[in-house]
Amino acid sequence: MKWKTTAATAAFALFAFAGSAYADGELNIFNWGDYTSPEMIKKFEDTYKVKVTITDYDSNDTALSKVRAGGHGFDIVVPSANYVQIWVKEGLLLEARPDQMENFKNVDERWVNVPWDPGRHYTVPWQWGVTGIGVNTKVYGGDINTSAIFLDPPKELVGKINVAPEMNDVLFATIKYLGGDWCTDDKELLKKVRDKLVEAKPKWLAMDYSVTEKLPAGDYSAVYYWNGAIMRSRIKNPDIKFGYPKEGFPFFMDSVAILKDAKNVDNAKLFMNFIMDPENAAMISAFAKYANGIKGSKAFMPADMKDAPELVVPPELEKAGQFLTPCSPEVQQLYTRIWTDVQK
Amino acid sequence: MAKRPFDIQAQPGFGFMALLTFFALYLPIAALVAYSFNAADSLSRWDGVSLRWFISAWHNSAVQDASIRSLVLAVSAAALSTIAATMAALATTRTRPYPGLTFKYAFINQPLMVPEIVTGVALLIVFSRIKVWTGYSGLGYLIAAHTAFCIPFAYLPIRARLESMDLTLERAAADLYATPWKAFRFVTLPLLRPAIIAGFMLAFVISLDDVVITEFVKSGGQDTLPTYMLGQLRRETSPEINAIATVFLALSVVLVTTFYFVNRRKP
Amino acid sequence: MANAEEIARAADARDIRDRWLLSAPALVIILLAATGPLFVMLAYSFMLKGDYGDVQFGTFSLDGWTSVLFQRDIFDDTLGLADAHLSIFWRSISLSFYTTVLTLLFGFPTAYFIATRPPKTREVWVFLVTIPFWTNLLIRTFAMQQVIRNEGLVNTALMALGIIKQPLQIMNTDAAILLGMIYIYLPLMVLPIYASMEKLDFRLVEAGYDLYAGRWQVLRRIIFPLIKPGVIAGSILVFIPSLGAYVIPRVLGGGKNMMLGNLIELQFGAGRNWPLGAAISITLMVLVMIALLFYVRNASGSEGAHG
Repeated sequence: MKWKTTAATAAFALFAFAGSAYADGELNIFNWGDYTSPEMIKKFEDTYKVKVTITDYDSNDTALSKVRAGGHGFDIVVPSANYVQIWVKEGLLLEARPDQMENFKNVDERWVNVPWDPGRHYTVPWQWGVTGIGVNTKVYGGDINTSAIFLDPPKELVGKINVAPEMNDVLFATIKYLGGDWCTDDKELLKKVRDKLVEAKPKWLAMDYSVTEKLPAGDYSAVYYWNGAIMRSRIKNPDIKFGYPKEGFPFFMDSVAILKDAKNVDNAKLFMNFIMDPENAAMISAFAKYANGIKGSKAFMPADMKDAPELVVPPELEKAGQFLTPCSPEVQQLYTRIWTDVQK
Repeated sequence: MAKRPFDIQAQPGFGFMALLTFFALYLPIAALVAYSFNAADSLSRWDGVSLRWFISAWHNSAVQDASIRSLVLAVSAAALSTIAATMAALATTRTRPYPGLTFKYAFINQPLMVPEIVTGVALLIVFSRIKVWTGYSGLGYLIAAHTAFCIPFAYLPIRARLESMDLTLERAAADLYATPWKAFRFVTLPLLRPAIIAGFMLAFVISLDDVVITEFVKSGGQDTLPTYMLGQLRRETSPEINAIATVFLALSVVLVTTFYFVNRRKP
Repeated sequence: MANAEEIARAADARDIRDRWLLSAPALVIILLAATGPLFVMLAYSFMLKGDYGDVQFGTFSLDGWTSVLFQRDIFDDTLGLADAHLSIFWRSISLSFYTTVLTLLFGFPTAYFIATRPPKTREVWVFLVTIPFWTNLLIRTFAMQQVIRNEGLVNTALMALGIIKQPLQIMNTDAAILLGMIYIYLPLMVLPIYASMEKLDFRLVEAGYDLYAGRWQVLRRIIFPLIKPGVIAGSILVFIPSLGAYVIPRVLGGGKNMMLGNLIELQFGAGRNWPLGAAISITLMVLVMIALLFYVRNASGSEGAHG
């Protein structure tokens, strides 16, 4: 009968342990995969004695759909600029008033009065960057400052391309590539956009997320992806080069917001304030290699980020860059349908 | 050993195919285990033998949490499903056919017939609404979902054992004026114990393995080890994943071996 | 007489009632957390989709069902066949079919090999098949990925041997999914065939040879008919989970080569079209039921069909 006592004790200990893991404060973050600095989270946990869990998503649509379903259990979400208004209108976000928080003074003026959240009543800047081209120059030596890399791929790259599975970034590059403007509702042009994407997609290998591992390892030879991840790839494999499509490339910013049905609102607010501290913001950037919107964080950043080719846009291509602003709901709906056609 | 002149059992090439199959079954697993001892930072290089990824996985708090959650979930679901399955097995065996018996068989085995992805999204639809209504989004949903799909697995060995069991002992107990409960407690249950243990272990392994249904039912911060790994696989896969997988693998092998011996011990 | 009968009937009724009570926990749990939600999903498939996921509760629409097979063109509003969906249906069915055939091709000799070992070692071989079967599916899929990726075992070996210069692109193709499914589901083919082969009476085989049958004839005319139930059971056990595969194409297919399971997930995630997702789920279930019916038809009358 002794084993029964042992088993009962073990089971009890297990459940007690499981319980204790959630006893203190908690914070559930719902963020893009491979985007959150573990060191920064560790520091936050140690400072506030809060247990943080991070769950990943792979696109704005996935995050929105999951939270919209309800009962998700998350406190914080990090939507991209052009999605923030949808979240607000759907009544999913808490008006947390980060603009009244202590560390808000550190936010760069450029990122305060933004169209998706004027005056920052809901969100604080997380990271921002560029969507561009990453190519393994050993496989392809031609011009990489063009969206043709993934829309009309050279034969060396056919079947070796990975494209970010994010609607707005892909549609932006394609519309620009075909000579249109972002947020256009010109059906003639949009039809060409769809047809171009449907035609290009079979030449891609994947629409996936493991770029920082698979691009340097040679599983992908080219990507249309975010600059930070491509920089991380280049650090592992110097043959990787970053290109800014001259036809047009998007800037994006992801912002931290608190969900309306969050269970740990106080901790979530602590977190918002925490990431507006320059030193902490620098930790976020040092991990994911994207710029943040916090003044004074550069002083804490690793040296390799100051003049990285992935972060400094060459002057002759600067004009091609444009911020991904939200489009009108009708246009957005049209784009979603095109995207659905492409994804299938 | 003398070779027989003509082996009636031999079929040309079959031995080769079989050995090839076994080789193919074990090659990927062996590669996975080998790579978990790789000292390199990347999956694509070999830098010598090291335990560093095991150590780093051990210290990863997300892995710790997910492992504990997986165990709590598997123990709870296995215990609940074994109890429910034992009762159901007692109710559906050793009887003349009665109205509803076939229905019960079909119903208990129903979770086996439906693809996991379908059950997963169906549960997503229903549970997310219940979560909003009740405001409760704890581990209970996962326990309920796991218990449901574990029941047919726990039911299988228990029912088989009951059907092959001798009725005379229970009759003897009844003749000696034992109450039905006492007859069950002191006669049936001890005889049934190996099957119950087998059922529990089957359910435990099934719950521990599940990734699809868990992925759709879990709320924020409720990753189990398999869903944690699935999340990791999509992105930068550090060799840490190999280490976790190797430990998981070792655990499965131990469980299966134990199950195998428990089941083989014929009374 | 009548009295005794009445007592017996009452006892019977009580027995049946007790048996329902006893099975109630299992039935209720399965109803709440497995079967019941399927009916809710059926209802959802007939509602209008919400703009950002979910459905518009209480509405009625056939959109979910029509868009399984048809799509309205964004630009000229014409209704055409949904090629994308059809190709995913086709990929699911054909890959599952190939998986079944190829696992049979390897599984049959393996089962035969095990069944013809001496009883002592036979158990060891069976055990060796069982271990991968009980190993976590995700881990085995991941292991497969390690083998077939560009810098993986196969490509490194082939390149070291000088057979190829460029790594073979297997990952993220249909071939990767196929290899993964064969690898994962092979034990499900071997075990039932072995189970029916274990009972095979080799005196019948001997009789065949005595009547001057060749090896192929013995295999085809004697062995195969006798183990047919095992082959059918194995094929069904492989075909059905292949049809609903989700993890394998997700990990090995690179998010582009979808199967039905992934198409369903897409509708509940980024696609934000729950009614369509529900309708595809039910279609998948119907396909599974058809396969099961086929099995019951073919296995009825032959022993060992249950199991």
